[in-house]
Amino acid sequence: MSALSAIEARNLTKRFGDVLAVDDVSFDLRPGEVFGFLGPNGAGKTTTINMLTGLARPTSGTICYFGRDLTGDVKQAQHLMGIVPDESNLYPELNGLENLCFCAALYGMRRREREERARELLKDLGLAEAAHRRFAGYAKGMKRRLTIAAGIIHQPSVLFLDEPTTGIDVASARQIRQLLAALNQAGTTVFLTTHYIEEAERLCDRIAFIVDGQLVRVDTVANLVRGLQDQHLVQLSLRGEPADLSRPLHAAFPEAQFERVSEAVLRMRTAQPVALAPLIRFLEEHGVGVTEARVVRPSLEDVFVRITGIELERMKKEKEKAGGGA
Amino acid sequence: MKAWIAYWNILRKDIRTYYLKPPNLSWGIIFPLAWTLMFFIKSGTAVDHAFHDVRSLLPGVMALSILFGTTSLLAVTVTFEKKGRSFERLLLAPIPLELLMLAKTSGAVLFGVANAFVPVVMAAFAADLSGVVWCQVLLSVVLLAVSSTFLGLYIAVSVSEVFEAQTFSNFFRFPMVFLCGLFFPVEKLPMLLRPLSYAVPLTYGADLLHGAVNGTARMPAALSFAALAGFCAVLFVLSLGNIRKRWIG
Repeated sequence: MSALSAIEARNLTKRFGDVLAVDDVSFDLRPGEVFGFLGPNGAGKTTTINMLTGLARPTSGTICYFGRDLTGDVKQAQHLMGIVPDESNLYPELNGLENLCFCAALYGMRRREREERARELLKDLGLAEAAHRRFAGYAKGMKRRLTIAAGIIHQPSVLFLDEPTTGIDVASARQIRQLLAALNQAGTTVFLTTHYIEEAERLCDRIAFIVDGQLVRVDTVANLVRGLQDQHLVQLSLRGEPADLSRPLHAAFPEAQFERVSEAVLRMRTAQPVALAPLIRFLEEHGVGVTEARVVRPSLEDVFVRITGIELERMKKEKEKAGGGA
Repeated sequence: MKAWIAYWNILRKDIRTYYLKPPNLSWGIIFPLAWTLMFFIKSGTAVDHAFHDVRSLLPGVMALSILFGTTSLLAVTVTFEKKGRSFERLLLAPIPLELLMLAKTSGAVLFGVANAFVPVVMAAFAADLSGVVWCQVLLSVVLLAVSSTFLGLYIAVSVSEVFEAQTFSNFFRFPMVFLCGLFFPVEKLPMLLRPLSYAVPLTYGADLLHGAVNGTARMPAALSFAALAGFCAVLFVLSLGNIRKRWIG
């Protein structure tokens, strides 16, 4: 198994003083897979990436790259890695082409080779027209695309992507997802962290959930969702000014669990099928109209909420507010 | 070979994006001029006689130009890149940390060397520079530029903000200027401060330049060269240690 893994992390722990950021985390990254690494803000995702890429030293534990233990010397594996951080950190005073050529040079690529590769990537990512514009003048989505191009310019075996589509326009995000799928088809192993759970569901072969520095589940998307399929989920769209109804709802329907997906959407989860009429009546009596009720299939989002206990919408908003992404 | 491609490209980018920018070029010219005028005012020399003192002032102006040019720019550029997280890109590249930091500092060393020769060019129009030991001047300038750059690097990796880098730089630079013998001869400093003079690289750099330009060195050249080389090594090792501790923690 070890020899087959692109990356094998064993008992990784990272402490910052008294704070335990990553606690005894173990997982394998299989060659050619897209591995999702999900968790709430501050769960330890970026610290784990930093340890895997050489920006942080583990307090304890080991990391093997293609079978070689390089825990204390990640430098030796850095030529195999492409890293796209959660911020677009290219050089504002250089133009798109210069930025890519500079990043290629950091990996020892020769002038002709790096120029050809840079032009090819600019074209593939729809940035050819902006090749000679300064990075500082790029729009957010363009910055993100160029940062990803910089991460793959040297054709790495393993690509680390930290929140690749957070805070950017739909078209750019779509283009990035298509690029990732193409890269993966070409054999690149991808380590992905994202707050967009549907993105993880669509792209990832396996997903790991990290909460408070601990890895709580690692499995395929199908297996993760299968665990919830014995549950009944009903989603209600609400109208009106709903107060905090969690306590009265729990008292009136003790057999059900309620989650507020957003301000106007309530989800009810039960082990057995239930009649909806009493619930709708209850809500109307509390001044909340129900405009729609539908049965939903359990998704990875439900798995996430169940494992982390955190509402995704809130988490995404927090991340975007903090300026994550580009 | 691959690492040297990276080295050359980092150096080239830094020269282009930082050191050849008009504000920095003008700094390289205005700063030595300002120091020269300051020395004239301090010594009370009348302007029409000032040119006679140019040669005696030259080593001090060169040393200060190097010190201020290198520490100011390096402290700012490294801190700026660290804050914008583009420095992470360099740390994640498969280049040994030692070579990476040499690449980041080479631009400042070259800037310091160029800065040192601006007053030489100015002086060449006003004074007879025959008899100057140019080999010693060049070697002294390079070593002083390297040690000052590594001091700037040490400062840059010890702070988080650009303004902190500037403040911290002055904390080192101004005491060094007063202790190195440029304003007051080391022998005339209070007994308690004298050992401190020998603990700053500028003392050795300025003395070497005095020896090369005017033949008035107080210490043997070999000792000063060895001391400067020692400062370079210690400051570089300390800076690397600080980077490993703070940035690859």
